[in-house]
Amino acid sequence: MDLRELYQEVILDHNKRPRNFRVPDPVNRKAEGYNPLCGDKITVFLYVEGDTIKDLGFQGTGCAISKASASMMTDALKGKTLAEANAFFEQFHAMVTAPANADVKTDALGKLAVLSGVREYPMRVKCASLAWHTMKAAMTAEHEVVSTE
Amino acid sequence: MSSKLATAFDVQKVRRDFPILNQLIHGKPLVYLDNAATTQKPRVVIDAMVRSYAEENANIHRGVHLLSERATRAYEEAREKVRAFLSAPDAREVIFVRGTTEAINLVAQTFGRANIGKGDEVLITEMEHHSNIVPWQLICEEKGAQLKVIPITDEGELRMDLVDGLLTDRTRMLAVVHVSNSLGTINPITTLAEKAHARGVPVLVDGAQAVAHMPVDVQALGCDFYAFSGHKLFGPTGIGVLWGRLPLLEKMPPYQGGGDMISAVTFKKTTYNVVPNKFEAGTPNIVGSIGLGAAIDYMNGIDFAAMQAYENDLLAYGTRALTAVPGVRIIGTAARKASILSFVMDDVHPHDIGTILDQEGIAIRTGHHCTQPLMERMGVPATARASLALYNTKEEIDALVKALARVREIFA
Repeated sequence: MDLRELYQEVILDHNKRPRNFRVPDPVNRKAEGYNPLCGDKITVFLYVEGDTIKDLGFQGTGCAISKASASMMTDALKGKTLAEANAFFEQFHAMVTAPANADVKTDALGKLAVLSGVREYPMRVKCASLAWHTMKAAMTAEHEVVSTE
Repeated sequence: MSSKLATAFDVQKVRRDFPILNQLIHGKPLVYLDNAATTQKPRVVIDAMVRSYAEENANIHRGVHLLSERATRAYEEAREKVRAFLSAPDAREVIFVRGTTEAINLVAQTFGRANIGKGDEVLITEMEHHSNIVPWQLICEEKGAQLKVIPITDEGELRMDLVDGLLTDRTRMLAVVHVSNSLGTINPITTLAEKAHARGVPVLVDGAQAVAHMPVDVQALGCDFYAFSGHKLFGPTGIGVLWGRLPLLEKMPPYQGGGDMISAVTFKKTTYNVVPNKFEAGTPNIVGSIGLGAAIDYMNGIDFAAMQAYENDLLAYGTRALTAVPGVRIIGTAARKASILSFVMDDVHPHDIGTILDQEGIAIRTGHHCTQPLMERMGVPATARASLALYNTKEEIDALVKALARVREIFA
């Protein structure tokens, strides 16, 4: 697979200029994510009103894949209900963990489909999914620190 | 001068000894620059292990039959090879373990448990691998002792001026890495051992990254324990060595209980075997030790002075080449270094560098290299690390630099 399929323009753009790379105000839910393999850290902040994600943002350090994934995730989930966000999580997770040669449904994921290329790079799947696991933890706020391990 | 010496070292001949090097990765010739993670194995090591399983496999120290006798002899011959390799006085001082990590845990759990008490101190350095931090943290927590740390400079050298002040009447161990896996710094072990011994403090050296790159003489170093892994010395995984001074080993309680480490067992009381068997409970990695012995035989056929001159030349060449790449900064610029080229690149995370280099057939390590406190000290979350061994070439460094241009192109 060509590297350009992994590092597509939209990914490089989100890496360079991550959207919602901020702490929203107000905030009522947050979680920290950590990838012990590489030391990458991310914090996802949510402002949830009723069952709707009114605002969200993230902070942290990571590679292009993890930053772009976090950035696009925050774009996609703003204004969504918690149930819709959960459905996004499930579809995204299915997409990045599917076998490299399998057909995956990405229609509902919109722009996030550009991250399907990580399937070809098993060592990088955790980079793409860290923000999502952290977001899910923030939604349920069951525990504050999640790990990809 | 160094390049003149380097020509005496025939790298192409060495490369032919390592079958794995001759292959394509993603359609490109393999450039293996991850030797600090593990080294490749010469044909003679692979053959020795296959022969052992095919022709002389049996358990050791037990059978009266011929195969057991042969396996026992091969195992003990490997121990003697390690003794000679380390210039140690006595083969009984060589304990076979799984690797450096187990060797350090063994010392922490036996010597440490017997000698570290409440209010005592263990002294390590800021550049230690997690395997020379966590075993000491565990015993310090258990005993109510304190872990103290020798700081390093921005270049990645130990603050030797602070060592005397950090060694106190309560220090029970100085545990220090010989060559840093993240920075390449060669630490002045002899001086450290002199300072520690002046306070009656024993010294453990993590030699994992040293043995493949320089002659190690434990008596000249003056340390009390020396640990290394077979797989970082062109041998197999799962076998490593703890060397320790005999009087210390004899006084230490056993590590694990089981077969081979006893001389007599009743339900009331067990008498332990003598050193080294006391520390080798259960069936050991017999074939691993034979593989390690073969790796040492292989290294004995290498002119170490020529190899060191060659590697130093290669490291200097790599340092110059990487420094010349715009936006690249080398992490770890100590005056005395071996093997390691750790670097960061503006606006590109090491993981992305690693993935792009892999597509060019180049294997490097990216991440924190199991030295998280060190990464924090150097102010970086992670680095990309190219680590050299005796079979690497200037052409491979050129390939690395060329691939970094590709990284820059993608992340323009």
